[in-house]
Amino acid sequence: MANTYTLIASSTVGSGGTGSFNFTSIPQTYTDLAVLVTLRSTRSGGNVSDIYAQFNGSSSNITKKRLYGSGSGTASDTGNAIGNAANNTANTFSSHSFYIPNYTSSNNKSYSVDSVTSNNTNTAGYIYLSMLSYTWSDTSAITSVEIRDYSDGNTNNLVQYSTAYLYGIKNS
Amino acid sequence: MAAGSTYTPIATQTASGSVSQILFTSIPQTYTDLILVIQATESGQDGMDVQVGNGSIDTGNNYSNTYLRGNGSSAVSYRTSNYYSFDTGIVNTTVDTIIVQLQNYSNTTTYKSMLSRSSSTASALAVAGTWRNTVAINQISIKNGSVVNHGAGSTFTLYGIAAA
Repeated sequence: MANTYTLIASSTVGSGGTGSFNFTSIPQTYTDLAVLVTLRSTRSGGNVSDIYAQFNGSSSNITKKRLYGSGSGTASDTGNAIGNAANNTANTFSSHSFYIPNYTSSNNKSYSVDSVTSNNTNTAGYIYLSMLSYTWSDTSAITSVEIRDYSDGNTNNLVQYSTAYLYGIKNS
Repeated sequence: MAAGSTYTPIATQTASGSVSQILFTSIPQTYTDLILVIQATESGQDGMDVQVGNGSIDTGNNYSNTYLRGNGSSAVSYRTSNYYSFDTGIVNTTVDTIIVQLQNYSNTTTYKSMLSRSSSTASALAVAGTWRNTVAINQISIKNGSVVNHGAGSTFTLYGIAAA
């Protein structure tokens, strides 16, 4: 088997929920990282949630460009990835794909996030497709990845059965 | 996304700072799809042109692209037809990422399609492209629009995806 898309770690949220997915002590032996996530947050203050990733515990020096569609138009801003929240149809989860090239390099880090929410309605404002461009202007190798809902300045829990899979990808 | 042995590294190149073109040749015809992962810097904001061919690179105006782009304040969609490349994304002086998928690249009956996803400090961008040629792709060229040298340390990795 090729040394690509090797599962490094995974997490499934148990009853009671969790504040975040947090992968630590990531091996420095791969070229790229991919994180595939399905989640639903407890946020009830809006239709969806802001899904946020940070590396090495740092929330500084992050530049974002977000492109999204809601079913009634497209827009761009500097927000976070869009995920499912408490007001979405019961038992629906959003899906997120993070791709982080050259995570061990001593350059700044550039990565992409593609996300879709799910909801059983045709009402705009509940179903989003979002594509994000992130730059973390930090030359440190990435040793930890934390993903959480950070809406309205608060961390909201991720509910039971939310999942996250961290893969390592080698270029040789 | 596929797992295990189907995401096989074919080749990787790292720019020295003194070359303007990255070339992958003799691409095996044993996969179903190709994925090209680019992380690059350029001397100024510029497009990243991916051109393909069989035995030689097609630099003619045989490509078309449809774009969906957000720059942080507005979203636009536009199109280029009879274009000279798959115009896969925007690269800047910062480190930027482009992931290109070339579907069914080895078939000899259909025109070839491409999807790319570009992440830069300038924008989030998705592009769908078509190359109007039915030959199998066994070469890929990557240059920026100004054909200036890729920044030192820029990486270009080609993966093969097998359906079975």
